[in-house]
Order: sequence, then structure tokens, then C-alpha cells
Amino acid sequence: MLQGKQTWWFDKKPVIIGSATVVGPDEGDGPLASDFDLVHPELDMQQKSWEKAERLLLEQASDFALKHARVNKQQLQFYVGGDLMNQIISNSFAARTIGAPYLGVFGACSTSMESLAIASLIVNSGSGEYVLAGTCSHNCTAEKQFRYPTEYGSQKPPTAQYTVTGAGAAVLAAEGVGPVVTSATIGKIVDLGIKDPFNMGAAMAPAAVDTIQAHFNDTGREPKDYDLIVTGDLASVGHEIAKDLLTRDGVPMEDTVFKDCGLMVYDVGRQKVQAGGSGCGCSAVVTYGHLLKRMRQGEFKRILVVATGALLSPLSYQQGESIPCIAHAVSIESQH
Amino acid sequence: MATKTGAKYKKMTMSPKEYQTYAKNREPSRSIFGNCVRAFLVGGLICLLGQVIQDFFVYAFQMSKTEASNPTVAVLILISIVLTCLGVYDKIAQWAGAGTAVPVTGFANSMCSAALEHRSEGLVLGVGGNMFKLAGSVIVFGAVAAFFVGIVYMVLGVEGH
Repeated sequence: MLQGKQTWWFDKKPVIIGSATVVGPDEGDGPLASDFDLVHPELDMQQKSWEKAERLLLEQASDFALKHARVNKQQLQFYVGGDLMNQIISNSFAARTIGAPYLGVFGACSTSMESLAIASLIVNSGSGEYVLAGTCSHNCTAEKQFRYPTEYGSQKPPTAQYTVTGAGAAVLAAEGVGPVVTSATIGKIVDLGIKDPFNMGAAMAPAAVDTIQAHFNDTGREPKDYDLIVTGDLASVGHEIAKDLLTRDGVPMEDTVFKDCGLMVYDVGRQKVQAGGSGCGCSAVVTYGHLLKRMRQGEFKRILVVATGALLSPLSYQQGESIPCIAHAVSIESQH
Repeated sequence: MATKTGAKYKKMTMSPKEYQTYAKNREPSRSIFGNCVRAFLVGGLICLLGQVIQDFFVYAFQMSKTEASNPTVAVLILISIVLTCLGVYDKIAQWAGAGTAVPVTGFANSMCSAALEHRSEGLVLGVGGNMFKLAGSVIVFGAVAAFFVGIVYMVLGVEGH
């Protein structure tokens, strides 16, 4: 049901009965390595193209998620997913393998929580018993589509971010054991005129702030109600800005732990990732791998994941347009 | 279930202009001096390498300096392409900045990286159609610049060689 202006309250509490993550070598070299189901040692994953490698990540993540949930492909009623590629090819091609009725969504790097919110809505409304939500990104496909050829020698500024090679998927069910999704705040586009595609953290920070405040306004909750609030991929520059803006607006973020998936997935000081991680896979692998595992172990009772997305295209920034940004927040709680 | 509603927190009050200035000030500073030194060192080293190769051709094959320049460029291109294919050139460039963009090696890297990247789309439309994706504008503006310089020479009556 709708709560406040833009928040869905899931009274039936859809359960995440299984989730999985598959990542590439750099993420496997990072601090969360032990939380992933599979780490590929090579970026090409023995595929003929980067695009095929990205698709493989998602296919493997959904396989693992279904296995963990003990749900077979025939039982799966819907698949909701998206990615960064033009025409979201990674998801559409993976959906061909998954075989379930499919809704393709695009929210750039916010797709992880966008697909989870929609999947939860489907389950909560009784429109599906088992629904899969998934997303993926690959460093090389993103470089190829949004920036330069992967082997091109150009110097990246310290504000640039490193696209995560990884996929995450979660199976939602009306009943079962696991963390539950209790609400989702759908963000609106916020664009404060930042044009630099190498500084997406700064572009997306106001969108994250807008959605976090909307979530508190709609639900009546406070930062202290959460053990952890994570943004999707603001990285070092954007996350600091978001902290500042929330403080300026009087949101008591000091009552909770406020982190960023883009800073958690890599050892930013040691690994050469500039400001931190980004991409659809960034918040997906941190949430579905690291955070849900911690929730199942009882470390967190209630978390808020605010996935952020920069909705630009190579065409729009070459034409001098600013970067429209969005953030979707989903609250996940343990059943106990 | 929470029941309280109503706007507790006011939304962003900064204007886009204010935010852009604010965001600009939050960017980590980049050492222009450090980047210049690195570019000078790496660019200089590549040129030194070119000189060594040229001298090698002059002494080993008794070529004149002009004759030696073509095989020298070919060797530099080859080195650049091998480093690109091994996935090393972009890592050097991240450190060296403008230093690795010096014409011969940088140009070869831009063509080779584009060819590698688009190989999966086929030889004609992939490699052929995309090889000059980055290098193309260098050719276009190089030709345009040469045209205008030519006109200047003609007007001033200076004989070109």
C-alpha cells in the first residue's frame, strides 16, 4: 500500500528466500571476497566478448540464487531485471536462459533496488509466489559503451569510479525463511546540473539525499531505526557530499551507520579504483552478498539500501546535457 | 508499522548553481605540477627510446638519419601495440598522463585498442569501422590544420619542402 507520497509499504513482508552473487577478479581481490558465491579469476570468463561475460555473470547468479532458495525454474513466476547496456541486453539474453516471464527495467546503477522493489510489490500484491530480481554490470562493457576502449591509454581523474564486474540476484517469496522486504521508496529524478561523467558521485548525491529524506518523511522512521543505511555507488566524493547535505538539512545520520557500497566493495586505498566502485553490480553484490549474509547471521536487524543511478548516455553528455540522477531505497529487516 | 507522516525534513535548498560550485570545491585536487613532471619524464623517455632505435638503424645498417626514421617509427608502433595487447599501455597511461599521448605511440594505442575492443563485432563493421573511432579526429584536424598552414605559406610566398 502507498504510504506518504512515494513509499510502498509491504504489509505481507515478502521474504528473500535466497540470494547470490558472482563477481570478477577485482571484487574477488577486495575486502568482501568471502561473501561472494563465485569469483571469476579472469575478466573475460572464457567468453568471446565482454557482453557475453556480463550475461554469464547474471545467469550464474540467478542459478545460485534459485539453488539457495530451493526453487526450480518451473516454479519461478516472474523475473525482473536490468543492466547498463544499451537495450539492457545482458538481462534480456539472460532472461532467455532463465525462461520465466520477464520485466526488463532500467535505472542505471539504481536497478538493483528498482528490480527488488518491483519484485516485492508483485509478491506483496499476491500477483506472484516466487519472483526473481537481478542485475549485473561488467567493467569492460561499461568502459566500452560509456568511455573509451578498455585498453586505451587515458588518465582518469580521482573523481572517476570503477565499474564493478559482478551480478546479484534474489528470490522473493510470499512465505519462507530469510530477511524480509518491508518498504520501498521510489525516487524521483534530481538533476542539479552536474555534467562531468567522471564525477558521477557528485551528480548522484542529491538524488540519494532526496530519497532518504522522502523515506523518513513517508514512513515516519528516523535514522536511528536502522542499524545501517548504505548508498549504492556514491564513492568517496559523492558519499561525503551526501553526508554533508543530510547534516545541513538536519537529518540525524549520526544515529545510524551510514556507508556506501562503492567504498565497501574495494579496498579503495590499495586497489586502483579512483574514488570507488560503481555500476548496477556494485550495490547488488554488496547487498545480496555481504549485507544479507550479515542479516542472516543476526548482525543487522534492519537496513536501508539506497541504490543510486546516473541516467546519462554517451550521446546525452556529448551533446552537453547534464546528468539526471535517481535513487531508490528499500528497507530490509530480519524476521526475528 | 509506522504511522507518522508529514514532512519532517526539508528538501535540498541549494540552487543548481550553488551546488555546482559546492561540488567543484569537493573534488580532490590534482597536482598539475606532478602530472607535468610525469608527462615530461615518460614522454621524454619514449623520445629517448626513439633516438636509441634510430641510432641503432644508422649504425647497424648504415642508413642516413632520414632513411632511419621510417623503421624507427615502425618499431615504436610495434612496441606500443604489443604493450596495448598485453594490457599494459593503459596502466602506464594512468600514471603518465599526457606523456604516453605523444604522437606515435599514443596514436598506435588508440587504433589498436579500438580494433581489439570491436573485434567481437566482426572484421569489417567491427575492426574496420571502429579502428579510427578515436584516431579519426586526429587525422581530420591534422589535415585541416595542414591545409591552413599551406595557405599561410602560399600567401607569405614561402617555399615549402
